[in-house]
Amino acid sequence: MIIRNHEKLLVQGITGKQGSFWTDRMQAYGTQVVGGVNPKKAGTECCGVPVFASAQDAASKGCEFDVSVLFIPPLGAKAAASDAIAAGCKKVVCLTEHIPVRDVMYMMAEARDNDARIVGPNTAGLVTPGECFVGFMPAFESSIFQPGNIGIISRSGSLGTLMCLNTVQAGFGQSAFVGIGGDPIIGTTTLDALTALDNDSKTEGVVIVGEIGGSMEEAAAEYAATMKKPVIAAFIAGGSSPPGKKMGHAGAIVMGNRGTYQSKQKALEKAGVEVLKTPSDIGAALKASGLSGL
Amino acid sequence: MNFEEFAAKPLLAAAGIRVPGSQLVKDASDAGNAFGKLGPCVVKAQVPTGKRGKAGGILAANSADEAQQAAAKIIGMSIAEHTVEKVLIEQQASIANELYAAVLNDPASKGPLIMFSDKGGMDIEEIAENEPQHLLSLPVDIKAGPDKSQIATAIEPLIAANTDFKDYNASDLADAVANTLVTLYRVYDDNDAELLEINPLAILSDGELTALDCKFVMDDSALVRQTELTPQGTPEKLTGRELDASKLDLKYIDLGGNVGVLANGAGLTMTTMDVVTHYGGKPANFLEIGGEAYTKATEALKLMLGNDNIKSLVVNFCGAFARTDVMTEGVVNAWLELKPDIPIFFSIHGTGSEEARQLLKDKLDMQSYDTMDQAIQAAVAAAGERNA
Repeated sequence: MIIRNHEKLLVQGITGKQGSFWTDRMQAYGTQVVGGVNPKKAGTECCGVPVFASAQDAASKGCEFDVSVLFIPPLGAKAAASDAIAAGCKKVVCLTEHIPVRDVMYMMAEARDNDARIVGPNTAGLVTPGECFVGFMPAFESSIFQPGNIGIISRSGSLGTLMCLNTVQAGFGQSAFVGIGGDPIIGTTTLDALTALDNDSKTEGVVIVGEIGGSMEEAAAEYAATMKKPVIAAFIAGGSSPPGKKMGHAGAIVMGNRGTYQSKQKALEKAGVEVLKTPSDIGAALKASGLSGL
Repeated sequence: MNFEEFAAKPLLAAAGIRVPGSQLVKDASDAGNAFGKLGPCVVKAQVPTGKRGKAGGILAANSADEAQQAAAKIIGMSIAEHTVEKVLIEQQASIANELYAAVLNDPASKGPLIMFSDKGGMDIEEIAENEPQHLLSLPVDIKAGPDKSQIATAIEPLIAANTDFKDYNASDLADAVANTLVTLYRVYDDNDAELLEINPLAILSDGELTALDCKFVMDDSALVRQTELTPQGTPEKLTGRELDASKLDLKYIDLGGNVGVLANGAGLTMTTMDVVTHYGGKPANFLEIGGEAYTKATEALKLMLGNDNIKSLVVNFCGAFARTDVMTEGVVNAWLELKPDIPIFFSIHGTGSEEARQLLKDKLDMQSYDTMDQAIQAAVAAAGERNA
């Protein structure tokens, strides 16, 4: 789930307002966009690339792609993801929020049966500073993203962006930003992202940005205790949120004693990971890590 | 969205799971009439919360008068902050044994999960905590659907090992329960449930499985495609401002403090609340204008300022998808229009932040703080001073 600039991208929903806006930005930053999908505009061009009726149509016409990104409304996401997977795509980045969970579970089963990986749903995307990005992240803002050695994992796009900003303000850059998404069921978990960053040659340390709800941070903490590289710190959003309420993200909800801030804090601290009181404290943690900055 | 017992049970009945005869009553004077049709009955409060029995919201009645008295007692009662507006009058059942059955969305297996326990009628969280050997979790492949014989094979040992069921043929009972579980799965699947639970799934004295209670929670993201069913559901209880926000497709939660919070994105908004709390302040609200809602800053701010408890305001934008110049323009416009008499503190970073900072300087003669923490500390301090 670390995106590289040799990977070729298909944009499903390229002709929409957001699809074309962000395709322009992805291309300008270095992402290789090779085609787009809109069944009603097949045969035309958008953002300088051909538009196909479907991902399978693109593949059958010789358009080769490694990754597909979905700028698709909630009720169309299941069909779009299935289409990309049926076309042989092994990496699908699903930005869409509010997809019915039934459809998400079906997408996950399709991915599992075809050895494909889904990132998201409800992710802001993936950034490899200095190389390329997929999704709607401000990769092009030099105050936020700089090529470096810190891997950042985040359930939230806005908070992940803030953590990247704080990293650069502290004089460090990022090897990769992995937005995993704010839904309760997602294709790439905190643990999956942590494992990938642990095995990534450019990453020397990792920052985890989590939030209340579910048990992904607890699972990641177990791995953090055993991994080769340091998890420099974690921040868990939602410590002051009332229980039983969905805090904007469908996955950010405390139910009874499940998904609490305290459970995540305890698991991470047990694994030797510092849990920050405020995202701004990442600067001090990075400087104390002994890793080299920009 | 929650569906109360009266709205959930007909879905089970339509799929072939037996439920007791019943009638929904909103006026206690109709309860006697219902008794005439149903005979000895149980009068059950219909509220979207558990533990109704403990709260006195479930009463047995053996005559028309008793039914009416029970209904009169329960209607208007308050259970976990819900006022009872209706009761379900249901035929009394002669219970021999109780089981537990549920289907739910499971983040761990990323698919549906069937759950069964031979200890029905109890708090399932307690069973999971204290007697996990009595709780069976069976992940289902959503593409293939549940396999009845596999389920029967999995649950038979639990039934065979429990002496409460010594009068039954374990294999026959396991088959019957598996049948019910597969039907329950179909109802779950057809209706976009995130949780569909029968507790207890009772074996009555006639030997038949019967759903004596049912909990159904629909996935909120599926409400748009379940339009026939949603009028039967119980919408989340919202306060005035939460309701106004939902009409604007904004998510607002009242938190009772005095530092107003406006941020983009769920993660950043929760974090802003956390950091307000960290510096000794009390957040007044959760209100986010991230994602597609980033153009609604004006409406959001107007909504928030309707809360008289707010003594200061922190605006925390970190633009990714959401452009901070667009959001800031919305805030500035609302500010100039309403001219509120409270201090406001900005932290603006990310997509469009240069334009946003310029706008702030030109229109309000204000500056964004360098860090979120500085803006929040200033807002907390100002709220404290204005309280004094």
